Amino acid sequence: MGRQLKFEIFRYNPERKGDVPHMQEFILDETPNMTLFIALNRLREEQDPSLVFDFCCRAGICGACAMVINGRPGLACQTKTKDQPGHIVLHPLPVFKLVGDLSVDTGVWFREMYAKTESWVHTNKVFDPAKEEERMDNEVAEQIYELERCIECGCCISACGTARLRDDFMGAAALNRIARFVVDPRDERTDREYFEVIGNDNGIFGCMGLLACEDVCPKGLPLQNQLGFLRRKMGITAMKQIFRKK
Amino acid sequence: MQTFYSDLLVIGAGLSGERVACEAAQNGFKATCLSIVPARRSHSSAAQGGMQAALGNCAKGEGDNPDVHFIDTVKGSDWGCDQEVARLFADAAPIEMRRLAAWGVPWNRVVPGQSFYFKGGEKFEKYEKEENEGLITARSFGGTAKWRTCYTSDGTGHAVMCTMDNRCAQLGIDVFDKKEAISLIHDGDKCMGAVVRDLRNGQLEVHLAKATAICTGGFGRIYKATTNAVICDGGGHILAHETGLVPIGNPESIQFHPTGIVPTDILVTEGCRGDGGTLLDVNEERFMHIYEPEKAELASRDVVSRRMTEHMRAGKGVKSPYGEHLWLDIRHLGDKHISTKLREVDEICHHFLGVDPRVELIPVRPTQHYTMAGIRTNKDGAVYGLKGLYSAGEAACWDMHGFNRLGGNSLAETVVAGGIIGAKIVEFLKGYETTFDTGVVNAEVKRQEERIHDVTHGRNGKLNVYEVRNEMQEALMKGCFVFRNKEGLEECVQTLQGTMEKARKVGLVSDGVGANHELAAAMKLEGQVRLAMCIAQAALMRTESRGSHNREDFPERNDAEWLNRTLAYWPEGADMPDLKYEDTTPLFELPPGDRGYGGGKIIPADEKYVTERTVKSPVTEIGKKK
Ligand SMILES: Cc1cc2nc3c(=O)[nH]c(=O)nc-3n(C[C@H](O)[C@H](O)[C@H](O)COP(=O)(O)OP(=O)(O)OC[C@H]3O[C@@H](n4cnc5c(N)ncnc54)[C@H](O)[C@@H]3O)c2cc1C
Ligand code: SF4
Ligand code: SF4
Ligand code: FES
Repeated sequence: MGRQLKFEIFRYNPERKGDVPHMQEFILDETPNMTLFIALNRLREEQDPSLVFDFCCRAGICGACAMVINGRPGLACQTKTKDQPGHIVLHPLPVFKLVGDLSVDTGVWFREMYAKTESWVHTNKVFDPAKEEERMDNEVAEQIYELERCIECGCCISACGTARLRDDFMGAAALNRIARFVVDPRDERTDREYFEVIGNDNGIFGCMGLLACEDVCPKGLPLQNQLGFLRRKMGITAMKQIFRKK
Repeated sequence: MQTFYSDLLVIGAGLSGERVACEAAQNGFKATCLSIVPARRSHSSAAQGGMQAALGNCAKGEGDNPDVHFIDTVKGSDWGCDQEVARLFADAAPIEMRRLAAWGVPWNRVVPGQSFYFKGGEKFEKYEKEENEGLITARSFGGTAKWRTCYTSDGTGHAVMCTMDNRCAQLGIDVFDKKEAISLIHDGDKCMGAVVRDLRNGQLEVHLAKATAICTGGFGRIYKATTNAVICDGGGHILAHETGLVPIGNPESIQFHPTGIVPTDILVTEGCRGDGGTLLDVNEERFMHIYEPEKAELASRDVVSRRMTEHMRAGKGVKSPYGEHLWLDIRHLGDKHISTKLREVDEICHHFLGVDPRVELIPVRPTQHYTMAGIRTNKDGAVYGLKGLYSAGEAACWDMHGFNRLGGNSLAETVVAGGIIGAKIVEFLKGYETTFDTGVVNAEVKRQEERIHDVTHGRNGKLNVYEVRNEMQEALMKGCFVFRNKEGLEECVQTLQGTMEKARKVGLVSDGVGANHELAAAMKLEGQVRLAMCIAQAALMRTESRGSHNREDFPERNDAEWLNRTLAYWPEGADMPDLKYEDTTPLFELPPGDRGYGGGKIIPADEKYVTERTVKSPVTEIGKKK
C-alpha cells in the first residue's frame, strides 16, 4: 500500500484581512503515479478549497506550476511524489510578486522583460504576401529554436542570487532571450544596440556566473553557454566603445 | 470598479486571439487581449506536431497545392464542413505560414540531398532538391495526401505562440493575464464588451469595446478524461451561449484520441502504434486484431478509441484508483528506437509516470482531445445573434472541421482564421461608432456581483462544486464518449437534468476571497452543464454516424437526412436546449462521397439537391470520379 504523505504548504492570502503568512499541514494517501498536480488538486477539492496554486497544461510544457519543492524551484506537474520524501514542503517562488499561497505573478514580470529586451525581430523589411518566403539555413533555424524553448516558468530567476538581491537584474531568462535574437539573421540589431540593453550591471555584467539558473531550468536550456557567449560579445563591444570614445 | 475601453476586446490570448488582435492593431485600432494565464501558457503552445499549409516545398510535398489541401479537409470533415470556409482556409494557409516566418518563427527548412524516413516500420529514401534549400519544409501527418505539416522541431505551437506574443508586444497591444471574462455585456442586439474577474485579487472590472472576439479555445475539461489544459473549460462558450441568442454549432462533434496516459491524460503520440506498439488488456493480451483484423492497432483514431471502449465495457479493462484503462506496449521496440524515435514518449513516461517503457507497460485510455463544436459564426467569423461579436480558433464553429478535424489543421486554423476574421473585424470597425448604455453595463455588473455573493454565502444551497462537476464529467464519459446509442444518451440527458438542478444549488466551502479557484469553478458550473446537455441532446437527435459522432444503433452516414449542422440555442430560463438545423454548406466544390477510409455505409443525399449546389472548380471533377 501507498504511503501517507505529509504536506507542509505556505499559506498567505494578501486579500484576506488579518491573514499572516504561515505554514499549514495536510495529510494525503499516496496513490500510484501520483504527481504534485494530482496531490494539490485533491487537497483543494477534498480538504481545503481556499488553497491557491497554478496549473495549466499539467504536462510540463507551459511553465505555470513552478514552485519551490522541498527547497528547490521546479515544476509541480512533473514532480512525482514517489521521488520525494514522505514530508513535502512547498513554497511559492521568491522574487516574483505573491498572488496567494503557492501562486506568483510571473505574467507581469515577463511582459516587462519583453519591453526591456524589445523581444521581437527588428527589421525594416516589409512582408510581401505575393512572394516566396525568405530562405534560412535549417541549422540556424534549429539553433534559434533551441534558445526559444524557454517556458518562462521563472525557476532560473528564483534560483538566482543576484535577482534575489536586486529587483532590476534581468536574469538568465532575459539574457537568453537576447541571445535568441542575436543568433537570428532576420534581426537587424547591431551589437551596440544590444549593448545598450544588457551591457550593464542589470544585464550581463551583474551575473555572478554561479549558474544556479542552469541547474534548475526544467527545459535544460544551455544558460551557461549563453551567458558566456553574451559576456564575451558584450565585453568586446564595450572595448570597442571605449576606443571609439578616445 | 475599473472600466477599460478599446476598439476590439479579444477574450483569449492563444494563437487565434493574438492573431486577431494583431490584425486590428496593424490597422490602427486599439486592441486588448484577456487571458486566464500569461498568453504563452495558452493551450496553443502545447501543440507539438505542426500546422498544415500546402507550400509544396519538400520532396514528399511536391505537387501539393490548396486544392489538394481543400479535398483532404472536406473528406476529413466527413462532408460536415462549410466548403466555402474550407476553401478560404486552404488558400490562405501558405501565405500565413510565410507571414509567420517573416515575424520570427524558426520553421524547419529544406536541407538538400538524400535522407531517410520511416513508414510502417520500413525505411525509405528521399531526395530534397538543391533549388528548394532553405524554404519551409514539412512533415507527414495522418489523413493527408502530401507532406504538408510545417513544424519547428518538436515544439511548433510553442514557437509560433512566442512569435505571435512578441508581435503583440511590438504592436503595443495590451495583453492582460490572470483576467477571466465571466459575462458578456449586451442589449439583446449588440455586444458591448464583458465583465471580467481579476484572478489576482478577485475584483470585478468592465471592458467595453466596439467589437468583441471570443477566442477561448476548446472545452475538453467538461469531460473527465481530456488532453486539454485545465483552463480549457468552456468559459468563452458559456459567455456567448448564456445570452440565449447565440447557438453552439454541432455540439455533438467532439474528437477523441486513443492514447492519453493515466492518470493525467497527457497525450502520447500515435507514432507509438505507427511504429509497431500494441494495445493490451487486463490479461496483457492483444485485442485490437479481434475487432479490426486488417488494421488492428493502426486503424484510425476514432476506430481505435471505439474498440478500446468496447473492450473495457466487456470487462477487460485494468482497474486503477483513477478508473479503468488499458496498456500500451512498446517494450519490443527496444532501447534504441525508444530513445531516438520516441524520445518524447520516453520523457512523458519518465516525468509523469515514473515508468520505463523499455521494460514496463504504459497505462492508457481514450481521451477527449478536440472540440469541433463551438460558437457558431458565419464565414466572416461574425457570431450568429449578436452584432459586434466575433469568434475564432477552437472556440468557434467557423466550420472548416465538420465532424472530424485533421491533425495539423487546427493550429493552422488559429492563425489563418485569425487573419481572415481579424480583417473582417477591421472592416466592421472602420466607420462604426457606438454608444455604451451605462444602464445595461451597470445592470450586468450588478447581476454578476449578486451571483458571486449568492454562491459565496450559500444562498442557493450548499452543494459541493467539485462533486457536482464530477457528476457532469462522469455522465459525459458514460453517455457521450466515443460510442453513443439511444439508451446511453437518454440516460445521459436524464442524469444531466439532475446535475443541472444541483449546479444551481452549489455553495462555496471556502470564503471566496482573492484569487479563489472554487469561486471560478462555481461560476461556470451551470454553463458547463448546459454545454454537456447540448452535446447529449444533439447526439441523441442525430440518428447517423458521421466522423467522430458514432451511433452504434445508426452506423450509416445518412446524407439523405443529416447533411446539416446542429445549432443548439439555450433560451432564457429553459431546462433543455432548443435544437435547430441549417445546411452544412451553401455550395459543394466537392460533392459528398466516400472518404476513402473509416469504412461505413453511406445513405446518399438527394441527387438534385447536390447537383443544384455544386459549383465548378478544379476539384469538382475529382469528386465526380468517386
Ligand atoms: C495535447 C494537444 C496537442 C495538439 N497538437 C496539435 C498539433 O500538433 N497540430 C494542430 O493543428 N493542433 C494541435 N492541437 C490542437 C490545437 O493546439 C488547438 O486547437 C489550438 O491551439 C487552439 O488555439 P486557440 O487560439 O483557439 O485557443 P487556446 O490556445 O486554447 O487559447 C485560449 C485562450 O483563451 C483564454 N481564456 C479561456 N477562457 C477565458 C475566459 N473566460 N476569459 C479570458 N480568457 C480566457 C486562455 O487563457 C487562452 O489564452 C493539439 C491540442 C492538444 C490538446
Ligand atoms: S549565473 Fe548569473 S543569471 Fe545564473 S543564477 Fe548565477 S547570477 Fe543568476
Ligand atoms: S530559462 Fe529555463 S528556468 Fe528560466 S524561465 Fe526559461 S525555462 Fe524556466
Ligand atoms: S502545468 Fe504547465 S508546466 Fe506544469
